[in-house]
Amino acid sequence: MADKNTTSTINLAAAEELPKAQSKFKEFVKKFMKRKTAVISLAFIVFIILMAIIGPYVVPYDPQAPDYTAMMQGPSAAHIWGTNEYGQDVFSRLMVGTRLSLTCALTATIIGTALGVILGLIAGFYGGIIDSLIMRCCDVLFAFPDILLAIAVVAIIGQGMVNVMIAVAVFTVPSFARIIRSATISVKQAPYVEVARSLGCSNMRILFVHIFPGTIQSMIVNFTMRVGTAILAASSLSFLGFGANVTEPDWGSMLSTGRNYLNTAPHMVLFPGILIFLTVLAFNLLGDGLRDTLDPKMN
Amino acid sequence: MSEPLLSVKNMKKTFQANGGMFSKKKLVHAVNDVSFDIYPGETFSLVGESGCGKSTTGKLIDHLIIPDSGEIWFEGKEISKLTEKEMRSLRSDIQMVFQDPYGSLNPRMKVQDLIGEPLLIHTNMSAGERLKKVHELLGTVGLSPSHGERYPHEFSGGQRQRIGIARALTVQPKLIIADEPVSALDVSIQAQVLNLLQQLQKDFNLTYLFISHDLSVVEMISDRIGVMYLGTIVETAPKKELYANPRHPYTRALLSAVPIPDPDLTKERITLKGDLPSPSNPPSGCLFHTRCPHCTEKCKTQVPTPVEIAPGHIVKCHYPELTE
Repeated sequence: MADKNTTSTINLAAAEELPKAQSKFKEFVKKFMKRKTAVISLAFIVFIILMAIIGPYVVPYDPQAPDYTAMMQGPSAAHIWGTNEYGQDVFSRLMVGTRLSLTCALTATIIGTALGVILGLIAGFYGGIIDSLIMRCCDVLFAFPDILLAIAVVAIIGQGMVNVMIAVAVFTVPSFARIIRSATISVKQAPYVEVARSLGCSNMRILFVHIFPGTIQSMIVNFTMRVGTAILAASSLSFLGFGANVTEPDWGSMLSTGRNYLNTAPHMVLFPGILIFLTVLAFNLLGDGLRDTLDPKMN
Repeated sequence: MSEPLLSVKNMKKTFQANGGMFSKKKLVHAVNDVSFDIYPGETFSLVGESGCGKSTTGKLIDHLIIPDSGEIWFEGKEISKLTEKEMRSLRSDIQMVFQDPYGSLNPRMKVQDLIGEPLLIHTNMSAGERLKKVHELLGTVGLSPSHGERYPHEFSGGQRQRIGIARALTVQPKLIIADEPVSALDVSIQAQVLNLLQQLQKDFNLTYLFISHDLSVVEMISDRIGVMYLGTIVETAPKKELYANPRHPYTRALLSAVPIPDPDLTKERITLKGDLPSPSNPPSGCLFHTRCPHCTEKCKTQVPTPVEIAPGHIVKCHYPELTE
């Protein structure tokens, strides 16, 4: 009975406080809405994600169905972005290819983020030799250009979409580790972390309950930007022939096959190129916008 | 007299200060040979100016930093050399209230989670039991249970300090180390918080180690007082004795600087010469000799031993009779 009473009071209190909690989010939305480029980027990204989900059901043509009567045609009313060397509709292929490119980039970034965040937290929190060890390993990875590193990884573990994901994840790790490490070090100085120790919190509790939430902001911003880089890297690897099967609709491999017909059918390169460019740009601009909105000093 | 709850013996702590790339590393003597006892149910205050090692002493006792040498006895157990893990079980007996009510509460946690955190760590209470206890404690410190759902930034400084006090009380500690708990607050709020602390002491039979630089605050709350200068305690005495009959020249200078709210009353103002010596290069002999009006050759070379000149009144001075 007593328990019931307590729960009902909590619910009451929660109901009272709800507008307050919302207002904080509203404030963020309001600030974010003022950044036009970020809002437009977000809209574009939402469109791309939507395409990745429903693309195969709404595109005008079957992306895999060849049409030998309409090969390498330029943009027209029937095929707005033209057709490729098998007469497949470029627009349909690109929209369906969104799923493959985006899944690959997102999965790779998520894996890279998870590893990078854990390493960064550990390095920043424990310091000393553990910190040096982790950060020097990251420095080694940093020393290679991203693409070169990814190619090396693919060369070692073999081709294929899954391996491309692993390769992209590998070069995402060090940048996250470094950013989260510095965020951890700055949050670690906060008085409430010392308080937590004085209360008797275990290291794990201090790390995950008190420090980690303080690093989420920089994590989100960096994540958004790294997705752009990952799309580019995954496309580049596909372009170089390490990634998806050429017959599958993938942005990078479409660019790659289009390259052979650059003189006769430039649209085969142009549209995948523009789409990759716009998507990467959108993720970067969204990241910039989020960073500026979350930074109290920018207002 | 009963057994002391906490007994600090010859505690020392030095920190390394980097003096730049080419200069020698300096040692800062933050706490230099500090000894005192705290008895159950009393309020022992440490006063002194900024940088004299008061807060460091508090943190050393709370095991947030480890002393270089010396002993800390808590309830008949030596705790200064315990590992972090062994200390964790003792933490429910020693709780700390911190100076900065803005920084010491995690801004991303609800008040009820903040206050309930010690319960989560030290007890096996269910979430419902914890919440009940938190609501009870919010009432004890003069807040309402509905405040538990809010975040720290929605509160004023005084209210936040109440939250900090409530959090320290959750696990029924025996000793509360209050490190400048009111120095960040307005004077009117200071009184409220001090009254609350005194009320709680009566209700829960608490023992306080109260750290402050404010002599009027200390006069209000303490039973006994230790005066610190450059990392060492120069004079320890019961409150009345210290205010009526200060014997160490530093204590006398310090007390003469307390403003008295009576415009007609004039009193001798003792102004100390010179600056506070750097704790990285403390003076030889008596640490106070560079600024003492009664300084002799002996003071410059010999470290004074503590002398008990009246019951419970201990002075670390070669010539306590000079100030009689």
